Amino acid sequence: MTIFAEKKQLVAPGEVLAEGSYFPGENTYREGNKVYASRIGLAELVANKLMVVPLKGCYVPRVDDFVIGRVVDMAMSGWTVDISSPYPALLPLSETPASRGMAARKDLTRIFNIGDLVMAEVIAFDRTRDPLLTVRGRGLGKVSSGRVVHISPAKIPRLIGRKGSMISLLKKATGCDIIVGQNGTVLVSGRQPKNEQVAAAAMYMIEREAHTRGLTDRVSELMNKELR
Amino acid sequence: MSTTPQLPPIGKIEQRGVIDLLAKGRRIDERKLADYRELKIETDLVQKANGSAMVNLGKTKVMTGIKIELGNPFPDTPNQGVLTVNAELVPFASPGFEPGPPSEGAIELARVVDRGIRESKAIGLEALCVKPKKHVAIVFVDVYVLDHDGNLIDASAISALAALLTSKMRRYEMEGEEVRTSDDLVPLPVQNEPVAITTAKIDGHMILDPSLDEELVMSSRLTVTTGRDGNICAMQKGGLGTFTDQEVRQAVKTAIEKGKEIRETIRGATAAR
Amino acid sequence: MNEAEINLIDENGLRVDGRRLDELRPIKMEVGVLDKADGSAYIEQGKNRIIAAVYGPREAHPKHIALADRAVIKCRYHMAPFSVEERKSPAPSRRELELSKVTREALEASVMSEVYPRTSIDIFIEILQSDGGSRCAGITAASLALADAGVPLKEIVAACAVCKIDGKIALDPSDIEDKQGDADLPIAFMSKAGTITLLQMDGSLTEDEFNQALDMGIAACRKINDLQVEALKRKYISVKEQAEERHESQEATA
Repeated sequence: MTIFAEKKQLVAPGEVLAEGSYFPGENTYREGNKVYASRIGLAELVANKLMVVPLKGCYVPRVDDFVIGRVVDMAMSGWTVDISSPYPALLPLSETPASRGMAARKDLTRIFNIGDLVMAEVIAFDRTRDPLLTVRGRGLGKVSSGRVVHISPAKIPRLIGRKGSMISLLKKATGCDIIVGQNGTVLVSGRQPKNEQVAAAAMYMIEREAHTRGLTDRVSELMNKELR
Repeated sequence: MSTTPQLPPIGKIEQRGVIDLLAKGRRIDERKLADYRELKIETDLVQKANGSAMVNLGKTKVMTGIKIELGNPFPDTPNQGVLTVNAELVPFASPGFEPGPPSEGAIELARVVDRGIRESKAIGLEALCVKPKKHVAIVFVDVYVLDHDGNLIDASAISALAALLTSKMRRYEMEGEEVRTSDDLVPLPVQNEPVAITTAKIDGHMILDPSLDEELVMSSRLTVTTGRDGNICAMQKGGLGTFTDQEVRQAVKTAIEKGKEIRETIRGATAAR
Repeated sequence: MNEAEINLIDENGLRVDGRRLDELRPIKMEVGVLDKADGSAYIEQGKNRIIAAVYGPREAHPKHIALADRAVIKCRYHMAPFSVEERKSPAPSRRELELSKVTREALEASVMSEVYPRTSIDIFIEILQSDGGSRCAGITAASLALADAGVPLKEIVAACAVCKIDGKIALDPSDIEDKQGDADLPIAFMSKAGTITLLQMDGSLTEDEFNQALDMGIAACRKINDLQVEALKRKYISVKEQAEERHESQEATA
């Protein structure tokens, strides 16, 4: 068994990661005796599993993901929500809080209208049908205020940080409320536009430099510089 | 924009059937891997055309009509006649064909047949020049696919060649500034016999002249067109699969050999009456 | 023939632009040149100037083209009106339609499309200036754009053409060699798998000449693949280096 790539080494599609009985994890594939990368990203080995942490990629929903999306269409029994995924999401009327009652059933726009931003959870998704959302649950529903930031969903784990360390740093430094959707959409609300602005700038920096060392320090510096 | 085609759903059982037979060196219609289906060529069916040929390759039917008319040369080739090849996938030829502008399949078909004729210099374009820069003969080759049961390229190329070999044209001569069209007919001067041989790859097996059922299972095809001296004059790989360089070299060798056989058949069918 | 046909190979065995028979033209590649596209790449090869862009995976439009078990690939090869000597109409020609098809097939062979069923991956290749071998350079750029977009690929596809000029097999034809040569053989190749994804030819070659040309083309594709991987990584490494440099310089002043 031989490993060709180092941990956190930048690898391109088609590069050999290892030879031997390794398990081909995310963004890798096995051909014959070798495991290859299929996406540009950083190589990782966890136990016997090889994987590539991608630097780019679209959002593929997972059940239980928290997402922030925009309502783009309405049908008889629900709404189509754009969650920045190649798979448009459906939010059925039945998945809105029961308290909305009968009146709402006659006019869906009283709950959500086209253009509204909603915070939701993915309750179903598989290869044969589009993701299903719910807004029944604490903290879910229409977004009334705040600034929206879109970053690549591949960078969300880095934005959150280990045990939430990076996102806590941002929240504390900017004093903003930051709600992170797994689909790359982030909601920032602060008391002053300047704070929201700095939070957004930090997020774009994290998105650009997610694969580098010393990022946490540079983010702290940015916070200090801008918010003295 | 080119889009991944929707293939008619073919059952996994049927697919496995084709592949399992191939592993035993056989095909679903009892042919050997390198066998062509029965080839029938009829010529001179359309009297109003300068030449015509109907080809039956197994159940695939392709007809080609040739029209030769007087016209202007292209500005960058003032001493040459013009060859233009068009292919029509007639809507009734297959449930999947729709009327309308040519699909990418029809365009590819026409251009591959064209390359075979043009690059082998089958038609002496200089001989078609009547008065440089002004008057030349234009040869219209119209390939009409009437029934699609696979391997349209080879069938179309055979049909086009047979039609050209039996085409007659009027003589064009300059009389002062006017062009005089003779009443008598002379054969279209044809100097080579390009033959297209298509190899299909199914699960690693290479077969010739795929039928439609085989095309639905194949991963890719490679067409090699050769002239009478065995020179390769055109090649076209198609399909979403790949070929190793060994497979390509093998396909080329096969095409040169098989091309000779098919050329003899075409010569036989179009020999001067 | 009309214009004076020039010698394509001189008495020293050198070509019109001074290259040896087996020499590639200078190639420059840059990844991530467009802002809105999910992935993009720019290539200069000889006088070719080509941009490739990828959108996707995204929702398939129109819906009925979507495939249940994998992504649909859409590909457009298009030449800008000002890309050639005589202005070309912007409407797609038959040649562009054929090239869109063979280019799509050349790239589709490398895409792991089962990862994103019912979506569409859209590839756009714009030839801003054409100088022989544009479909190959387009494939080289488009494959980089796919990798840049994060589309899962078996590997990056490289492409190169081979020609026959004055009876000799020569690599990477320029425009004049393409027009006045006796054969043109574009090839696209996956170096790790060792398989050919595009192969076309027009002209006249003996079997031996073809074998020689195929060898030359495949070797060139391997070289181009190395350049592609380097260009792809360079984009991310430069961000990494710049960021870490800033970090170190700030540490030093602290």
